[in-house]
Amino acid sequence: MNAAYLDYNATAPVKPEVAAAVARALDLVGNPSSVHSYGRAARKAVEDARERVAALTGATPAEVVFTASATEANNLVLAGAGRTRRIVTAIEHPAVLKTAQSLPGETVVLPVDGDGVVALEALEAALKNSTTPTLVALMLANNETGAVQPVAEATRLAHDHGALIYCDAVQAPGRLAFSLATLGVDYLCLSAHKFAGPKGVGALIVRDGAPLKSVVIGGGQERGRRAGTENVPGIVGFGEAAWLAPQDLANAPRLARLRDRLESRLLEIEPRLHVFSAKAPRLPNTSCLTMPGVQSEMQVMALDLAGVAVSAGSACSSGKVEPSHVLRASGVPDAVSGCAIRVSLGWATREEDIETFLAAWRALYAGLTNRWRSGISSAL
Amino acid sequence: MTRFDIDLGLAKPRAESRVVVAMSGGVDSSTVAALVVESGYQAIGMTLQLYDHGAAIGKKGACCAGQDIHDARRIADRLGFPHYVLDYEARFRRDVIEDFADAYARGETPIPCIRCNERVKFRDLLETARSLGADALVTGHYARRIEGADGPELHRAVDAARDQSYFLFATTRAQLDFLRFPLGGLSKAEVRAEAARLSLGVAEKPDSQDICFVPNGSYASLVGRLKPGAAEPGAIVDLAGRVLGRHDGTINFTIGQRRGIGVAAPEPLFVVRIEPEAHRVVVGPRAALMARRIELRAANWLGALPGEGRAVTARLRSTHPGVGARIERVDATGATIRLDEAEPATAPGQACVLYDGLHLLGGGWIARMAPEAVEAIPGIEPAVAVEAASA
Repeated sequence: MNAAYLDYNATAPVKPEVAAAVARALDLVGNPSSVHSYGRAARKAVEDARERVAALTGATPAEVVFTASATEANNLVLAGAGRTRRIVTAIEHPAVLKTAQSLPGETVVLPVDGDGVVALEALEAALKNSTTPTLVALMLANNETGAVQPVAEATRLAHDHGALIYCDAVQAPGRLAFSLATLGVDYLCLSAHKFAGPKGVGALIVRDGAPLKSVVIGGGQERGRRAGTENVPGIVGFGEAAWLAPQDLANAPRLARLRDRLESRLLEIEPRLHVFSAKAPRLPNTSCLTMPGVQSEMQVMALDLAGVAVSAGSACSSGKVEPSHVLRASGVPDAVSGCAIRVSLGWATREEDIETFLAAWRALYAGLTNRWRSGISSAL
Repeated sequence: MTRFDIDLGLAKPRAESRVVVAMSGGVDSSTVAALVVESGYQAIGMTLQLYDHGAAIGKKGACCAGQDIHDARRIADRLGFPHYVLDYEARFRRDVIEDFADAYARGETPIPCIRCNERVKFRDLLETARSLGADALVTGHYARRIEGADGPELHRAVDAARDQSYFLFATTRAQLDFLRFPLGGLSKAEVRAEAARLSLGVAEKPDSQDICFVPNGSYASLVGRLKPGAAEPGAIVDLAGRVLGRHDGTINFTIGQRRGIGVAAPEPLFVVRIEPEAHRVVVGPRAALMARRIELRAANWLGALPGEGRAVTARLRSTHPGVGARIERVDATGATIRLDEAEPATAPGQACVLYDGLHLLGGGWIARMAPEAVEAIPGIEPAVAVEAASA
């Protein structure tokens, strides 16, 4: 059976260079906080990685705070920026939305348009609406649809109104050229495993001068901004992945061609299918689309049994599929979003993977439509 | 070595047969999944997320998935077959929990497990399995599916104490065609021994006792929450209408109930009637409960329509061993059953399931149980049970 991994927005396969760097780092004996030569060697590895992660975003190394995940970085900035009023968009990742809503103070949730792009007028209105010190959170690209958000414009609005702005850029590295300078944001988070690094390591970039109060208290690691002995192998792998990310950027047009071909071929089979955020600027690797009349969960299971890995909505820890809050916020009826899956490509995706996907999709859809026609099943 | 080879009787070779196993995370379905894999079939495990476990046990912040889903997934991991969790919360709420609360509120004592089999497992899950190209849906029910001359038949399990065929009476012929119940031929002790042999880790897990979405057994509080009007206090009266006491809501009572009525009397009193509109609970002596004639509604027949006058064994509750009876009248959707001997009346909403020996012929929901006029006890009002609202 052919297999195709097409779930890069969930996590990307680790590149061999990254795996080798992680393996070498596992041999580093020292604690980066130790004075002796072992400690110094470990610290050097962490600081080398910090420079590479900084370079990926155009930040300075001192602006990089390593965390255990992007979720932790989200929690850190939302709780630690010292703003009791937060403006977030309805399409943020739960790590932002739920965290913001769990904190004391006010959280304003902004709507998005039918293409899943934030309405800047709504942001401006929300900023004008209050004099309470505010933090705006806006993702750079949506994980489900790939829709790219107008972060630089939002930054201007936020700063004009004295607000701080935070950007979840987890889906961007290797897929979209960006930098702290062009975005202008005060905070930005990254996750290593989304671009071929190891799982379990992330970073919060804190613009020099932006306030941040630590949430994890203990030793003085990460300049007192995040206590705890550093995940040296993870950080080293993160650095390696950041170093290699520009290769992916060069590869992005190829992915966009594969993605576009996938969509046009499916539209030939079924012209009634929806491709979400197709009219918005989109990540080159992401396609969120429907198989009309077929529940997302059925598609994910059937494709999995055919060796094809995709995802639907945001899977909860139990593995059950919930309706997508992103599509709902974009005004998509649950009956339509309930038939959506996300296909996401990446550095190791080959043309054959797309063919494997297309064959499995076609077989599933043909099988089900035959069943409907023969009247065995009225609807799914 | 396989002690129990499972033969599902499918047309294709075992290695090419895709079989969905409904896994609850309990010992029975875990064992059946393992045996299916050992017997050479391509298993796919599926666990239904039916209700918010945290909300059901009244614990805020608990994970949406209970321990059972975790256990089912770990079994699949260990045996190396794919496992999926299906989110059936909305349909379970609509088709089972609300139906349960509605029925309770109108004075019935419903059996949600039958509804769940009928409307969730054997309708929606079965349809999902078919759509995935499966050749059969396997469950851990204790019942036997036997190929008869006229197609598959449903029979009681070999382990009479474990038999769950009563809960399966609403299965349609088309569903039964696709279903397999490999545990029907095994005793519970054998199943536990198999679970231990397979080191499933769930071998010692206690059997589930209660209705799954009411883990603490407090039906009244669930119904009270879903149907606020149903928990109104009212009077407890005798057969002549004399007020004997008060109660906190008719939902706390079921027909035939003796304990917990809270009225002192020289002879034991039983709940003989519930009048939800009047918020009245009617109690009387055991004799007032006795009934011989049963009206069934929403009947289901697994084979040909059984003939009128046919002698059968009727089970009136899941724990009822069965009594001799005759089918007086029958059609596709209902029947009248006459018991050979009078029995204490069963609450409306329970099922009456008819067997020929071990062979389950079909059954229906008890709409009404009544004594026969000739046998009415002098001085006692004849009507015993409530008319169930037709559904």
